[in-house]
Amino acid sequence: MNHNKVIQVEGLTKMFGDFTAVNAITFDIEKGEIFGFLGANGAGKTTAMKMLIGISNPTSGKANVAGFNVFTNAEDIKKNIGYMSQKFALYDDLTVKENITFFGGIYGLSIKRIKEKSEILIQELGLEKVANTLVGSLPLGWKQKLSFSVSLIHDPKIVFLDEPTGGVDPITRRQFWEMIYKAANQGTTVFVTTHYMDEAEYCDRVSIMVNGKIEALDTPKKLKEKFKAANMNDVFLKLARG
Amino acid sequence: MSITISNISKSYKNVKALQDISFEVKENELFGLIGPDGAGKTTLFRILTTLLIANEGTATVAGFDVISDYKMIRNSVGYMPGKFSLYQDLTVEENLNFFATIFGTTIEENYDLIKDIYVQIEPFKDRRAGKLSGGMKQKLALCCALIHKPKVLFLDEPTTGVDPVSRKEFWDMLKRLQQKGITILVSTPYMDEAALCDRIALIQAGKILEIDTPKAIVKHYSKPIYNVRANNMYQLINSLNDYEYNHSVYPFGEFVHYTDKRADFNQKELKMYLETKNLTDIEIEKTIATIEDTFMELAK
Amino acid sequence: MKRFIGFIKKEFYHIFRDRRSLFILFGMPIAQILLFGFAITNEINNVDIAILDHSKDATTKEIINKISASKYFSIKQIVTREADIASVFQKGHVKAVLNFEKDFSKNLIKEHKASVQIITDATDPNTANTISNYINAILLQYQKELNKDITITYQIVSETRMVYNPELKSVYMFVPGVMTIILMLVSAMMTSISITREKELGTMEILLVSPLKPFQVIVGKVFSYIFLSIINAVVIVMLSIFIFKMPVQGSLFLLALESILFIISALALGILISTISATQQTAMMISLMGLMLPVILLSGFIFPISSMPLPLQMISNIIPAKWFIIIIKGIMLKGVGLQFVWKETLILLGMTVLFIALSVKKYKIRLE
Repeated sequence: MNHNKVIQVEGLTKMFGDFTAVNAITFDIEKGEIFGFLGANGAGKTTAMKMLIGISNPTSGKANVAGFNVFTNAEDIKKNIGYMSQKFALYDDLTVKENITFFGGIYGLSIKRIKEKSEILIQELGLEKVANTLVGSLPLGWKQKLSFSVSLIHDPKIVFLDEPTGGVDPITRRQFWEMIYKAANQGTTVFVTTHYMDEAEYCDRVSIMVNGKIEALDTPKKLKEKFKAANMNDVFLKLARG
Repeated sequence: MSITISNISKSYKNVKALQDISFEVKENELFGLIGPDGAGKTTLFRILTTLLIANEGTATVAGFDVISDYKMIRNSVGYMPGKFSLYQDLTVEENLNFFATIFGTTIEENYDLIKDIYVQIEPFKDRRAGKLSGGMKQKLALCCALIHKPKVLFLDEPTTGVDPVSRKEFWDMLKRLQQKGITILVSTPYMDEAALCDRIALIQAGKILEIDTPKAIVKHYSKPIYNVRANNMYQLINSLNDYEYNHSVYPFGEFVHYTDKRADFNQKELKMYLETKNLTDIEIEKTIATIEDTFMELAK
Repeated sequence: MKRFIGFIKKEFYHIFRDRRSLFILFGMPIAQILLFGFAITNEINNVDIAILDHSKDATTKEIINKISASKYFSIKQIVTREADIASVFQKGHVKAVLNFEKDFSKNLIKEHKASVQIITDATDPNTANTISNYINAILLQYQKELNKDITITYQIVSETRMVYNPELKSVYMFVPGVMTIILMLVSAMMTSISITREKELGTMEILLVSPLKPFQVIVGKVFSYIFLSIINAVVIVMLSIFIFKMPVQGSLFLLALESILFIISALALGILISTISATQQTAMMISLMGLMLPVILLSGFIFPISSMPLPLQMISNIIPAKWFIIIIKGIMLKGVGLQFVWKETLILLGMTVLFIALSVKKYKIRLE
């Protein structure tokens, strides 16, 4: 196995009865890459992602994530990835510190390590003043930045972000992306789904799913050239409309 | 004027949701309220649809006062709240029928208005609303809000969580509705949708930052903006942030949008600086400001 | 009117498409009645008891015969020494031991007084209590027969209780209570949940921003649940008549009217609850804690009000269910007419009017 390829997917398929939600998708993602995973509602994005993070069994195909087989070593995958979704991120009724301690704990970090980590993390995000404030009372942008940091608490090889920046103001969104760049620069692979097509342009490479298949996969620049489009939004529209 | 808002303020406990908001929406205008979550968009919508009472200020919709004439307003506006607010356990047709009935009308009576939209979901009319895809739900919600032929249509973040294809279709529909004489006030967190409105108001933290046409708003941005790119995005951002003359540094897709403090900014100087930071493939070129640049500059 | 019918139609779609609420609506009453009727019962049947007879004379033999002849008890064991009693209980089958004193007959004749000790296994206090009541009843009966020729009359307290329920059938006592609980549950909880569900979904926002008037929304909700509650009441009464052969002594018409009155008061309570709760979960918690518990504990359904401490007795007066239980017990078990329950009916009516007024007043035309 190539050690630079942290995700290798070949012919991965998921059927629900007669319905093929994910139809033989194939791609590789390299270490430290920011990979955008796009698609219309119902194109199969979420189903594909669930298979990669080891919570849904594929019908057929091959997939290796962080060096583990999704069929046989789903539990090992979970230990080596981070996950953040817009829907569920942190507990609103716990404080910033309590959230960090809790998530550090479920990933098996030692108490000493959690303490170190939470100090670094709070300092980096500039949350010193609100460290003992309930997360529920923080602005959305802060929550999402904190949530991203928490998903990295156990230094995972890959972090999966499911529509991480919905509804956040443009400045905070950029700060969020700066954090993503930083993580990628330190060697963490970032796998991100989003509805913001302008956000797709931040990614190193993007794939676009249509009806369960990956219809395009390349750097944003090359995709725009190939489809003669001004931006990723037009690329997406051209593809999805067929 | 279809909607007038003067000096509206609203607070919840210790949060100031809206602070002294004033603007007008003209008859038959497609007006966009652009801002992130928590900016106060929903609160303003609820005040205008008579669901909330402002602490201060007055507002009228279709000529009626939002407090004293609230019953008249409820008869003459269509409202699509932020989250999907239809009965999930009723079918498409049952939902539409229900809303037609409570507004004292029938689907047939105003079919012209919703026809364009309804034909797209008609094949699924016996499906429960809860089982529709995001784009379909949104179309059904729009049909329900239109069924009584409202004069003013309020759409609170109708395109949130919807994929670009459905979003595009949705905006096309709004344009057609506007041609039929309906005034539309729409809110969205997507800056790229702002360009599709006649006029927009940028809103953040309960305050209006700017109101104008999308074209005019970007002209308010006075500084020249430069697209900068290099081989390593992260190092590029860090280096630019460390550069003593920077005014703003924002990643923008494959570029970084950079503005300089100095009037006599020299591209070559910046390039040399970046080269000392071991960056390669450096490109710097002038670009035009977007609504998002304007928003960030105003919100700074 | 068309709006109203449209609204009601929608309500019925909701009810019939939600299996969970359908189950609560129709499964619960049946399950509860059957449960109370067959399983949770104060009746005892064939309880194993043991006898320790120190006299072994004619009287004790006669009493023992009487006890074993009754269907309630079967004599499992004869014990000879007091020391064995403990081991008898430890085996677990025997629930009570009758300990006759020495010279039972002699004492009875000489001193007009003889004593028998009833030792019960009080690990299950309810059963123990019931067993000792039953044995006492048999003893009293026997005593009465003995005294037939003599001019001493006994005041037998338990007899008054048995007049309306001569066979001590507990299901007769439970039916009014269960009916009250079910009507309360269906009416108050289901209405409050259904209104708060619209709040949660966001559809309430749309309903408010429509020409529908608040009372149309309320009446629309209420109407569907009145209808369902009446069906429920009918099911319960039918079940008790045909399965438990429980006679309804009074007028069915009066019973129906009183039930509708109670249903309306419960519905008004449900609307009141929905005005103060934002989520279905809160509405459910308030209905369960605020309505169901008092109905079960303080209405006289399970625990007699007369034996409660005074403060609780006073609280029980503000529980509509208490009055409803008095009314329907009167109608179903005693066969009384309105002339005997008018006072309770008036109280219930007063409460209903109050609840309706409150809920209409509290119902908001806006979001806050």
